[in-house]
Amino acid sequence: MALLQIAEPGQAQAPHQHRLSAGIDLGTTNSLVATVRSGKAETLPDPQGRHLLPSVVRYRQSGIEVGYEAKQSEVDDPLNTISSAKRLIGRGVDDIKTLGSQLPYDFVGQQSSVPRIKTEAGDISPVEVSAEVLRQLSERAEGTLGGPLEGVVITVPAYFDEAQRQATKDAAKLAGLHVLRLLNEPTAAAVAYGLDKGAEGVHAIYDLGGGTFDISILRLNKGVFEVLATGGDSALGGDDFDRCVAEWIMQQAGLDENVSPGMVKRLMQAACTAKEALTQTEQTDIEVSIEAGESWQGSLSREQFNSLVDPLVTKSMMACRRTLRDAGVSVDEVQEVVMVGGSTRVPRVREKVGELFNTKPLVDIDPDRVVAVGAAIQADILVGNKPGDEMLLLDVIPLSLGIETMGGLSEKLISRNTTIPVARAQEFTTFKDGQSAIAIHVVQGERELVADCRSLARFELRGIPPMVAGAARIRVTFAVDADGLLSVSAIEQSSGVQANIEVKPSYGLTDQEIETMLRDSIAHADQDKQARSQREQQVEAERVIEALQAALAEDGERLLDAKERQQVDAALETLRNVSKDGDQEQIKNQIAELEKSCGFYVERRMNQSIQQAMSGHSVDEFEQ
Amino acid sequence: MLDFSKNYFDLFGLPVGYIVDASSLADRYRDLQRVVHPDRYANGTEQERRLSVQGASLINEAFETLKDPVARAAYLLSLHGVEMDAQNESTQDMAFLMQQMELREELESLREQAGPFETLLDLSGRINKQITDLVAQIAMQFETPNDEQLQEAREILRKMRFLQKLRSETERVEAELEDRLN
Ligand SMILES: Nc1ncnc2c1ncn2[C@@H]1O[C@H](COP(=O)(O)OP(=O)(O)O)[C@@H](O)[C@H]1O
Ligand SMILES: [Mg+2]
Repeated sequence: MALLQIAEPGQAQAPHQHRLSAGIDLGTTNSLVATVRSGKAETLPDPQGRHLLPSVVRYRQSGIEVGYEAKQSEVDDPLNTISSAKRLIGRGVDDIKTLGSQLPYDFVGQQSSVPRIKTEAGDISPVEVSAEVLRQLSERAEGTLGGPLEGVVITVPAYFDEAQRQATKDAAKLAGLHVLRLLNEPTAAAVAYGLDKGAEGVHAIYDLGGGTFDISILRLNKGVFEVLATGGDSALGGDDFDRCVAEWIMQQAGLDENVSPGMVKRLMQAACTAKEALTQTEQTDIEVSIEAGESWQGSLSREQFNSLVDPLVTKSMMACRRTLRDAGVSVDEVQEVVMVGGSTRVPRVREKVGELFNTKPLVDIDPDRVVAVGAAIQADILVGNKPGDEMLLLDVIPLSLGIETMGGLSEKLISRNTTIPVARAQEFTTFKDGQSAIAIHVVQGERELVADCRSLARFELRGIPPMVAGAARIRVTFAVDADGLLSVSAIEQSSGVQANIEVKPSYGLTDQEIETMLRDSIAHADQDKQARSQREQQVEAERVIEALQAALAEDGERLLDAKERQQVDAALETLRNVSKDGDQEQIKNQIAELEKSCGFYVERRMNQSIQQAMSGHSVDEFEQ
Repeated sequence: MLDFSKNYFDLFGLPVGYIVDASSLADRYRDLQRVVHPDRYANGTEQERRLSVQGASLINEAFETLKDPVARAAYLLSLHGVEMDAQNESTQDMAFLMQQMELREELESLREQAGPFETLLDLSGRINKQITDLVAQIAMQFETPNDEQLQEAREILRKMRFLQKLRSETERVEAELEDRLN
């Protein structure tokens, strides 16, 4: 009689089963999703065959519209139709005052540090708008792939500051996505381009989209993409070109500043149409209807257009020069310049970039899709489909991080273009006898005065043991992870007491607010929160189990003795059982338990891989 | 995991010494990051992710230090038990200080010059040359260092820091002048 083969629970899954993942280019104007299928990365179309999704969301009492449908209502329903949310994400109420005059929305509520837009369906934060776009795209991917996504890579402008990155990650959380990595847009483009062309050496990526501009200088070396420096302007893009043209039209048509929100949208649309037409032709006609059935007609030449936008193009050239200097490379060392983003179609932009870099910019890969494709390639690797792949991305922090010191000055702790992840420690002491708390203000930016930098967060360290003034030595570690996100920890050196840290992000949603939004959106979808968070813990447990099993299969024999192996197996078994029918809390505790009891093995493995990496080299190499 | 008590040279499997081959250093850096970087553990357990962030941060720090001749000198001195007070100690070499003052004045007067970029290029060329000379001098002190040589290295490092600061100011002026062009 043949014996039935029964796989151990949890092991039934083949170790190399293809995991579903996607790369999402969350743009100011348009967003895209791409994924790797049968070894090829491609963007995914909607049922109508359209790859781009306009980053526009319309909020109505009857529900939410996203994409083309929403975009159609921009002129008729400007107050409820939100576009360019990316320009607002991670920004504060103060920023809106500067940007606000250009935006036809009703901003409300100053209770939170996050500005909200008043719509028919309630007050909406930019994070929620982005979450809707992300949700739409992940649903598209899941529909195409036929299963839930295990993780996504979301791209952000390289020049995004910490608050903008955190807000993007919050949006993903709201959309229920597991973020494998926030990837810089130009780096994503470099991946898609570099892998495609087998490029080596120093390359520049010039990325001008709808609302943001990035320039990155990278060195490509045997699958390693090392960003040498990055620069840009997180508020410069095609939208600004449109605005220049719209202002010109207003001037020509004799319109004053007090035009209605609908009129603003009409002007911007006419300007955008004219701009895009001038990419093809030397001269274009413009017609805009002005309130009472009247309309204005005129004509704009490419030359006139060029002089309107030249100050903007020049601004980007200045950033290019500064970034080259930061990278420590000369123009001649740059082998090629890759053009990314819709606004690099503008002939004037190509001309100026070509002049600066002394080379014909590369425009042969679709500038709309290249970022999403790069993100998909990275997601496929991160989710674990390509063990042993050689590709590695080493990115940098775009803006210096500092802390406020006496007199409102910023003391730089981590300077811009430092490779991440990075950790720096700083020692603080107390002013007064018995002082038990210290406040620290973290800012981002290059300027000397704190007032000219961006406030990121205020931290309060509490629980410092009582000592005489100046005796306490509090070591605060600022760590920036591979997503460019900051975390802070502190310890009092002489007593070893861990100080408590209370974080107040200057511009972000608080955890509380996100929690509330999550709860609301879940209630909206009629799902049981309890079940959802239990499911999330189960997924986490599965991840842990799988990772450990894969490790055991690879080197369990070699690295563990019999007794240790027993210990690891037992911990695995317990977690498996608990995750089947335990509640959220129990699963969470068991994961922590396993990490404690198997920690030695994880560490041993990492050491092992480091030794292996180094064993290819010998000390003799240096003694020649 | 990563032995955080290892010195940076050991971490990269390099002999402790001032002379470091830049391309081998970069190769080893990439090889180390290939196995330690958080991207390798994106789908791992929380513990793995935490360890890899710490490990990768350490490797980045070590690379930054060993790559830069000034930071490397300071690090090597500290391995030999010489801790410099970066903010407060300065060279007393009058001839050197005079020379620095002249360079600084030259830099300041650039802003008013007609064709500043050539002079700027020339100036930063001279600064770089001086740094290169000091690198060669300090390398000699580190060959088989005794106390006297370590003190000499410390003095050279003070000068290097001076020049490094001047170099970044030169870059700042260059940026300023370029911005003014537009
Ligand atoms: N043919 C064209 N000529 C000029 N500008 C264009 C053209 N096509 C697209 N654009 C501009 O590109 C911008 C959108 O670029 P995109 O890369 O999609 O931006 P984002 O990534 O910020 O969403 C818009 O400002 C759009 O007007
Ligand atoms: Mg884009």
